Amino acid sequence: MKRIASSDRYIVSDELAKAVDVAIAIGRPLLLKGEPGTGKTLLAVDLAKQLDAPLIRWQVKSTTKAVEGLYHYDTVKRLHDSRFGDGEVADIAKYIELGPLGRAFEAEQRMVVLIDEIDKADLEFPNDLLHEIDAMSFTIPETGRTVTARQRPIVVITSNNEKELPDAFLRRCVFHWIAFPEREMMARIIAVHHPDIEDQLLAGALEAFYRLRRIDGLRKPPSTSELIDWIAALRHGAIDPAKLLGAGLPFLGVLLKKEQDVATAERTSAPGRGRA
Amino acid sequence: MQAARAPTRSVPLFLDFFYKLRAHGVSVSAHNWLALLDALAQGLHEDSLDGFYAVARCILVDDETDYDGFDLAFGEVFRGLVTNLEHLAAQLDEWLRDPKQLLELDPATQALLQELGIDELRRQLLERLEQQKGRHEGGNRWVGTGGTSPFGSGGVNPSGIRLGQGGGRSALAVADARRFRELRKDLVLDTRQMGMALRRLRKLDRKGELVELDIDETVDATARNCGDLEIVMRPPRKNDVRVLLLLDVGGSMDPHAELSSRLFSAAAQHGGFKEFKHYYFHNCVYSKVYEDALFSKPVAIEQLIRSAGPNWYLIFVGDAWMHPGELMMTSSTFWSLDNAPSGLRCLAKLADHFPRAAWLNPESERMWEAPTINQIRRLVSMFPLTLAGLEAMVGHMRLPASPARRAHISRVLREGE
Repeated sequence: MKRIASSDRYIVSDELAKAVDVAIAIGRPLLLKGEPGTGKTLLAVDLAKQLDAPLIRWQVKSTTKAVEGLYHYDTVKRLHDSRFGDGEVADIAKYIELGPLGRAFEAEQRMVVLIDEIDKADLEFPNDLLHEIDAMSFTIPETGRTVTARQRPIVVITSNNEKELPDAFLRRCVFHWIAFPEREMMARIIAVHHPDIEDQLLAGALEAFYRLRRIDGLRKPPSTSELIDWIAALRHGAIDPAKLLGAGLPFLGVLLKKEQDVATAERTSAPGRGRA
Repeated sequence: MQAARAPTRSVPLFLDFFYKLRAHGVSVSAHNWLALLDALAQGLHEDSLDGFYAVARCILVDDETDYDGFDLAFGEVFRGLVTNLEHLAAQLDEWLRDPKQLLELDPATQALLQELGIDELRRQLLERLEQQKGRHEGGNRWVGTGGTSPFGSGGVNPSGIRLGQGGGRSALAVADARRFRELRKDLVLDTRQMGMALRRLRKLDRKGELVELDIDETVDATARNCGDLEIVMRPPRKNDVRVLLLLDVGGSMDPHAELSSRLFSAAAQHGGFKEFKHYYFHNCVYSKVYEDALFSKPVAIEQLIRSAGPNWYLIFVGDAWMHPGELMMTSSTFWSLDNAPSGLRCLAKLADHFPRAAWLNPESERMWEAPTINQIRRLVSMFPLTLAGLEAMVGHMRLPASPARRAHISRVLREGE
């Protein structure tokens, strides 16, 4: 079996690598949760690259329905064709387009399907997919065609915990919660994105970043992806690492996105009142 | 090789683990269990306890708040295994004396063995086992250091799992570190988590008249209808939850002020309720509650009852901790002797009007046996002010009030007359 490993694009922890292995081996979807910006989506992208499998991404929105993942019957196009005399209107199959899961089922090659932010959709959404994910097949009522998976696709599902997922659905998933990276891990992650970063800048940025995250009462603590952007900004602006140690961080807006948070951060890091 | 791993001998051990997990509140189903056995049969744990830890956790646990429970159960079951090592030592001893077995070791381990000498090895092993026995809670260090020790390669562990297969952290050390403790649901929580929990109170219902044009459905129905317009209407989707929050700001609540204020901001900002009102009270609700924490703007509970219908959710927040006299007293101030009903009756009145009521108590449940708390609990269900408590409260409030409770409420109301 091919193991997922850290690559030059993505750093994966041992436990996460194990969860990926297990999900592939026992043929169940991998459910990833964790703070925003901990690389849930990137994992699927990198997994696809490492397995050399095409990635199909299904971005879930609040209005997404489960059936959209399977197929879409383009009734409007058919109506248009019938009015204006284009094409073979009697053949409904022509107006059926497979959705992300449907395409993965039909593909000759094993695919990686990313169902991104499943918690955005309606509560019933995950339940509506249970049968298809279990049986790896579905039927299109309009044409009576049954689509069966030729190769069981690798399904990666991410959730930001906005909504509780149904138990029946959770039971079928291999679950991994991506913990917020420790400093050491974070240094490795940054090295992937900024391979030629100076040690001093890295140390200063990490120090400032974790100091910021420790502040109580931040509405949205900065995440990994924001740190990476911030470092890019620091390097672009050729900021002296010494400036990162005191109050008044440069480009704070890259890290903190809420006005109150900026105020809180400035208050707590003000000279004389700073936290140890 | 694969078949040899089929876990006939390990079943009792695993079963123990299964029930321990359930005892720690990790809801493992038979479904998960079969998946785990499948994964083990495929050798995903790579014959190591570390591997088993990782495989078992990702299959058996489906919520990060259960990670800590998993760690605890894992520690209990497998530490037991490690402390039972005395007979293992004997087995290992025998094994070490058998030169044929030694040949099967990889060259590096053999070199190491030669360097140490078998007697030295045995001595070290027994010494470590001794240390292991001596440390009641711990034992992780032994296994932890075992990662680099030659002992681990024996594979005579009854579960068929090798201990400390060289390098790496040991699973027990990992489990003992309890890295996920702060994710537990029964600890107090932050505003966002509270908001998420309260949001589950929401009922998004399509209610009332068919007044909204469902464009997607209309287009679809029209197209299916060969282009003859087919209008699809639907009722609007509304969140119909109204919440009334009554907060105790009495002296004994001071240690919990921070937590209460978090709950308050969670309800106000993240709850997304259709209507949200809050009032303050001191120790117990008497005939008045107050709009401000300084008790300068009183609102009679009669007025509260008139202004909010029984479809409101009523949430009390307080430690419910008071002198029994206070509960039976007729007014919050000792001096005003206007003929007001007692605190208990006022509570009963509120509980009667708002069938969906609950009390959140920041004190730990151990304290709830106090007589006044018990009296209150008979009127209003009480939940701890933790994430698990909030969730239980949400679940409770979505159900109709129990007939026994309603009967008790009306009894209290009658008694006062």
